[in-house]
Amino acid sequence: MPLCDTPKLTQLLAPIFEKHGRDPTKVLQILREVQETTHCICNDAIDQIAAHLDIPRVRVEGVAGFYSFLSGGRACGEYRLMFSDNITDRMLGKQELMEYFCKKMWIEPGKLSEDGLLTVDSTSCTGMCDQGPAALINGRPLTNLDENCLDLICELIRSHKPVAEWPAMLFEVQDNILRKDALLGEAFEPGAAIRATLKRGARETWAEMDKSNLRGRGGAGFKTASKWSFCHAAVSEDEGHVVCDIGERSERVMVCNADEGEPGTFKDRVLLNSYADLVFEGMTVGAKVVGARRGFLYLRGEYRYLLEQLEGVLQRRREQGLLGTNICGEAGYDFDIEIHLGAGAYICGEESALIESLEGKRGRPRNRPPFPVTHGYLGYPTVVDNVETFACAAKIALHGGEWFAAMGTPQSAGTKVLSISGDCERRGIYEYPFGTTIRQILQDCGAEDAYAVQVSGPSGTTISWKEFDRKIAFEDLGTAGAFMIFNRSRDLFQMARNFSHFFAHESCGFCTPCRVGTTLMKRIMDKVNGGHGTAADLEEMKNLGQLMKSMSHCGLGTSAANPVLDTLNKFPDIYERRLKALAFEPAFDLDGALAVARRITGRDDSEAHLRAES
Amino acid sequence: MSKTIKIDGKPIPFEDDQTIMDAAIAAGVYIPHLCHNPEFTPHGSCKLCTVSVNGRNVASCTMPAVEGQEILSETEELNAKRRALTQMLFVEGNHFCPFCEKSGNCNLQAVAYHLGMMSPHYNHFYPAREVDASHSDILLDRNRCILCELCVRASRDVDGKEVFGLSGRGIDCKLVVNTSTGRLGDSNLAVTDKSVSVCPTGALLVKRHGFSVPIGERIFDHKDISQVQLEHAQVEGGHE
Repeated sequence: MPLCDTPKLTQLLAPIFEKHGRDPTKVLQILREVQETTHCICNDAIDQIAAHLDIPRVRVEGVAGFYSFLSGGRACGEYRLMFSDNITDRMLGKQELMEYFCKKMWIEPGKLSEDGLLTVDSTSCTGMCDQGPAALINGRPLTNLDENCLDLICELIRSHKPVAEWPAMLFEVQDNILRKDALLGEAFEPGAAIRATLKRGARETWAEMDKSNLRGRGGAGFKTASKWSFCHAAVSEDEGHVVCDIGERSERVMVCNADEGEPGTFKDRVLLNSYADLVFEGMTVGAKVVGARRGFLYLRGEYRYLLEQLEGVLQRRREQGLLGTNICGEAGYDFDIEIHLGAGAYICGEESALIESLEGKRGRPRNRPPFPVTHGYLGYPTVVDNVETFACAAKIALHGGEWFAAMGTPQSAGTKVLSISGDCERRGIYEYPFGTTIRQILQDCGAEDAYAVQVSGPSGTTISWKEFDRKIAFEDLGTAGAFMIFNRSRDLFQMARNFSHFFAHESCGFCTPCRVGTTLMKRIMDKVNGGHGTAADLEEMKNLGQLMKSMSHCGLGTSAANPVLDTLNKFPDIYERRLKALAFEPAFDLDGALAVARRITGRDDSEAHLRAES
Repeated sequence: MSKTIKIDGKPIPFEDDQTIMDAAIAAGVYIPHLCHNPEFTPHGSCKLCTVSVNGRNVASCTMPAVEGQEILSETEELNAKRRALTQMLFVEGNHFCPFCEKSGNCNLQAVAYHLGMMSPHYNHFYPAREVDASHSDILLDRNRCILCELCVRASRDVDGKEVFGLSGRGIDCKLVVNTSTGRLGDSNLAVTDKSVSVCPTGALLVKRHGFSVPIGERIFDHKDISQVQLEHAQVEGGHE
């Protein structure tokens, strides 16, 4: 690629280096921009980045090879079109559309077109399940794709029109908020929660958080007030000496986890698009309570299109005195927020992997203990909370803990924002009090013929029609927000297979059970799909699932087998009807493997075939 | 009175800052492991050393010992899982013991024998992995790499060179070399470096020393890996 020619490359890298300085935690941010600019991360670029940051090149190469949006040495086209590959996109025709487009452009998925113009590929769920089939073109989201859209895109690419000049209607993203409750319902005045916090005092605000019983909205459900108090009380190692408790020099960090990678989840996209003040305000309140001065929003690469808008909100808040030094006139109340972008790695939603990624490393979950609340970002005590958790925290600071605790159930206070997609009439965002039944939700979104629901995404639970009286609550069906509906016409095996591919693609590769287990699972699912499955394969998947559950390093590995195990348990027929034999069936078709030899020799007589043993 | 944990019912003394693995090794209790080496910062990736602590599975090489822990290690269930993990390591790479120079000195092979692994069980992946013979004294055969990162840690923490690192993700993770060409021959790796000798498999081999010790007289030909590693730890501990 001409862009990688060294003299030109140096010129292209200069402004990126200028912008990020020599801070090694910026490796990922630099690599992202190099990818955007040169369409690849060539060897020379890695050398120059390593030299600029004065770190071994092997570290830069390690990061460059970890994130899906960084294509490594493989050059991508000037246009890079990536189709979202969630099962909901597939149900809306993703696969057919991708084939249609590739055929039209004479291109193979995953390969650069001969003129270097275009690359087409699949990517993990882009968080547009309510308006799929979706895709990303040079990082910008395309929604509601159909053949007409793709015809137009074809023309735009052939005429070399820059993506910035493409018609806006291709990029329209709707909020689709269809049910509002306590969190989304009422208008919020920026600064109101901060002023309430200052009036009440930091300790008293923590007490309200405690009373509210708010639990983390990212799925794990850890009590937020406990997390904050652990961080507040943490002893941090600062430049070699130990700083105790809330000493002036001790630094603490608030991180908002907006790496909404769980397929089927898109509520954080909407919260950040239309409720960003609420989220940032929750972080600022949290900073006061735990004593943090630095904050980060870790924004998934798929939501890159929100970056400028969010930077704008942060800037306005600084101008309003709601961020920066002496917030709301309170001396010593200093806090600011920086946005870091991800680059296509589901694992970075795991809090310790997210911190590694923030530090500019491979997104690999850390060994725990120690936990991030005591040893997080650069070793500082760090709170990592979900986008929705911070939004709730702002409301609690404003209205008090009792107000919040009165909603939902005793163990699951408050409301939950759900991302509803799949087979229903009205896909979008629904906010419900905890304790609402699946049946009620299905009725509200117009899912007449629901057969199964995948609650909380691939890592969550598959619910059959017999279980629709179960409730959304930590004590029953805990959820990070995904709610994918499947009607009777759907083949749930394809759902489970899609998820097994997803996990194999997203495993970080650190621990044996997940790295190898997810790939083994994917291969067995493909074998069953190809009509070569046996009863022994089903047993194998159950054993493999148990192994991954009990031996893996982090939540990705422990939950990766859930969709297969759940469907094997609740829908055994979707597997059994595919089995060829109950005992043994080889993994590949011996006679089929001879097809190439037959074609070459021009033979197709009976002697050129292996006879089936009778 | 010293603090104790219990492993399989046996009281094991421990000191502050020791992991379960440290305490076990010091007390002469073997817990199977591959990515762990007492000389280096614990890593916790192979998961062979997983034990059940008060009913919860954890990697013993990274989990701090804490008073009152009731630990199960030598159970049929855990050993079956360790065996399965070892089988996974065999099928994801290309391990051909009969003609591997490391046979008999290889921790992967030895731990497989220790755990009674009789077959690879899973289908082989037969991945295409690069062999790098560019270095004058050292061969890097990625077919045999189990991604334990011992060479990465040794090169960074002991040799002070950072010759190795990991790139890629998931099943495509691979060992990479700190040179623009990616070739080992262009690096400053020396044959005496700790990162070369620490490899638990035959991924890093010193050239021109093939079969200098004949098969039959190698480390694990007469001793089980549990015995070898415990004795080694005692010798190392004695030096401190």
